[in-house]
Amino acid sequence: MAPEPATGRRPSRNGFSPARFGAVLVKEFVQMRRDRLTLAMMIAVPIMQLLLFGFAINSDPRHLPTLVEINDQGPVSRAFLAALETSGYFDVQGRVAGASAAERALRRGEATFVVVVPDGFERALVRGERPAILLAADAGDPAATGGATAALSGIVARVLETSLTGPLSHLRPPEAAFSVVVQRHYNPAGVTSFNIVPGLLAVILSMTMVMITAIAIVREAERGTMETLIATPVRPAEVMLGKILPYVLVGYVQTAVFLTLALLGFQVPFAGSAVAFLLGLNLFIVVNLSLGFLFSTVARSQMQAMQMSFFYMLPSILLSGFMFPFAGMPGWAQVLGSAVPTTHFIRILRGVMLKGAGLGDILDELGALAAILAVVAGLAMARYRQTLD
Amino acid sequence: MSAPPAPAADADPDGEKPAIEVQGLTKRFGDKTVVDGFDMTVPRGTIYGFLGPNGSGKTTTIRMMCGLLTADGGTGRCLGFDIRSQTREIKERVGYMTQRFSLYEDLSIRENLDFMGRMYRLDRRRERVSQALEDLGLAGRSGQLAGALSGGWKQRLALAACLLNQPMLLLLDEPTAGVDPKARRDFWDEIRRLADNGVTVLVSTHYMDEAVQCDAIAYIAYGRKLIEGPTADVPRRVGLTTWRVEGPGLAMLAQALQGAPGVEQVARFGSALHVSGTDAATLDATAETRSASGPQRWTRQEAGLEEVFIHLMGGARDNFAAASADVDGS
Ligand SMILES: Nc1ncnc2c1ncn2[C@@H]1O[C@H](COP(=O)(O)OP(=O)(O)O)[C@@H](O)[C@H]1O
Ligand SMILES: [Mg+2]
Repeated sequence: MAPEPATGRRPSRNGFSPARFGAVLVKEFVQMRRDRLTLAMMIAVPIMQLLLFGFAINSDPRHLPTLVEINDQGPVSRAFLAALETSGYFDVQGRVAGASAAERALRRGEATFVVVVPDGFERALVRGERPAILLAADAGDPAATGGATAALSGIVARVLETSLTGPLSHLRPPEAAFSVVVQRHYNPAGVTSFNIVPGLLAVILSMTMVMITAIAIVREAERGTMETLIATPVRPAEVMLGKILPYVLVGYVQTAVFLTLALLGFQVPFAGSAVAFLLGLNLFIVVNLSLGFLFSTVARSQMQAMQMSFFYMLPSILLSGFMFPFAGMPGWAQVLGSAVPTTHFIRILRGVMLKGAGLGDILDELGALAAILAVVAGLAMARYRQTLD
Repeated sequence: MSAPPAPAADADPDGEKPAIEVQGLTKRFGDKTVVDGFDMTVPRGTIYGFLGPNGSGKTTTIRMMCGLLTADGGTGRCLGFDIRSQTREIKERVGYMTQRFSLYEDLSIRENLDFMGRMYRLDRRRERVSQALEDLGLAGRSGQLAGALSGGWKQRLALAACLLNQPMLLLLDEPTAGVDPKARRDFWDEIRRLADNGVTVLVSTHYMDEAVQCDAIAYIAYGRKLIEGPTADVPRRVGLTTWRVEGPGLAMLAQALQGAPGVEQVARFGSALHVSGTDAATLDATAETRSASGPQRWTRQEAGLEEVFIHLMGGARDNFAAASADVDGS
């Protein structure tokens, strides 16, 4: 083997070569830096999403347009309408006359609620006939009307308390035999963004990590550079790690930008253990990069890689508990959702940020992520070809 | 400084064996047999031409030789290493230039060479890369993106990249396709210089003038080798007889000769027609009759490489279109 130096090659060892791994890494960084648009997107997307979701989405909407049909004026009905307004949920915008006009207003979306005070309401009230006020709601979107209707019983109780005084006080309902005290933990004010923002970090990270790796690898095949790459003595692990590592860093940058904005801009709390958070974050990033790698072994073009990534986003948005409560899903959907890494990372994030969870509280979720990683990475390794076959 | 590699630089035990030796190489994609029982022996230090129409399986064969595709059948050795089990050893020692430019267009010229240098774990990498840039005449533009280069420059860069590890065997897949004549000539000068230094070159090409420059050639169609041998021997092996026809009215005559007994091919060479066929007796008879009845002058001559290639190409125009199953080596 003495003449080896004549060809300038270092004696070949058969194992993993840090030099080649480094070469892939450097190349990947240079390419990433040249691709300004993608780089800008990777930073801009989390910011934009955070602003959109953080400011625009409110799962407990207030100031819903309300119309009233008053067929009997009196102190109690007036007090009731005033109480509706002060609750913040109802915005009384005008009057309607007749059932058909009310129906039309709801159908056209001009009003979310129509309040009808019936004829002879006040008289019936005084006689103790327990008359009814009608609240017609556009319940096509339950989320929109849910909070408002839930607030109604409180409103009625307050109106009864304040307006049934003096001679009418005998009409007041008796005190309830027992009461329920509700303690709202972790997000007492029910701020939607506290729930959305941690989940959003998981969704954004997943989307960029999966898509970027899938595309970065398929791009080599599509442009033909894969042929040059595998015509060298490179090993699969050198390619895989060299390609994945730069995007781990991208994931860190995204997370840092996102968290800074979330903590400072939206005052989202971060109550728990930073160690637990970092552990979950790293595991989650690597799972997603492996998933992207797996997709790249299936997709034949960058377009296909993109489509697969988008397709994957559906379960990770819909079944992960990000949009809709996980517990409210049917069993099969929960099973599917549990197979999605985002589900577990969202739980970790909500646990750590809102509930002050520590490492011990998230072990189950870490275990689930590790299990998914083992399966995905195994599949990706098995599918990765060192040839063009 | 790129010292020319000595022939024995790779001290593999089979140093005296042929650079490439494959038997019965077969590759199927789905139910389509793309390369079928291919044998080839390339002696060390030769320039070996690999000819055949589009889709005949040249690229596939070359890829199997350097371990980029796994053969479905057959065995072979490259520089003494087994093409199935020792692909890493082969890749370390072979320079493979792909048919399509496949360096990174979004890396600069220097970054590409540097990347290849790292992949082969070369010592004195910077020095070698700088020298390669110097030799290329690209030292002043080394920061330019490879994607911005013209076709001829890309080809030179690709060659420089696969010479970086000073390979003992070069596999060049249609290296001069789409390159202007001057650049092609320079390219072949370089190939010859390398061969003189003991590098074995297997080069696939479409161009007859390039085939003529090879020491030996193999012709492949529909994944099967039709003919192989020293370039000067090939016309004789094909067994083609050619008549040269000069005089007036050649265009009319060419028409009339289509389908005449023994005439398989009529080609125009300057001011003459070359009429060829494999059945010498019948062709001679046709020639006698025609030369007696027409104003043209007929002379029998040795078939040249040109006629042979037109003959071979004519047999299988474009292999992409045809289904491979129904073809039987013709
Ligand atoms: N990866 C592949 N999958 C399926 N068919 C292929 C693949 N690569 C090549 N082929 C087919 O194999 C045949 C030979 O191709 P190729 O080796 O590129 O021919 P050549 O290089 O002589 O033009 C063609 O018909 C081509 O379509
Ligand atoms: Mg080809």
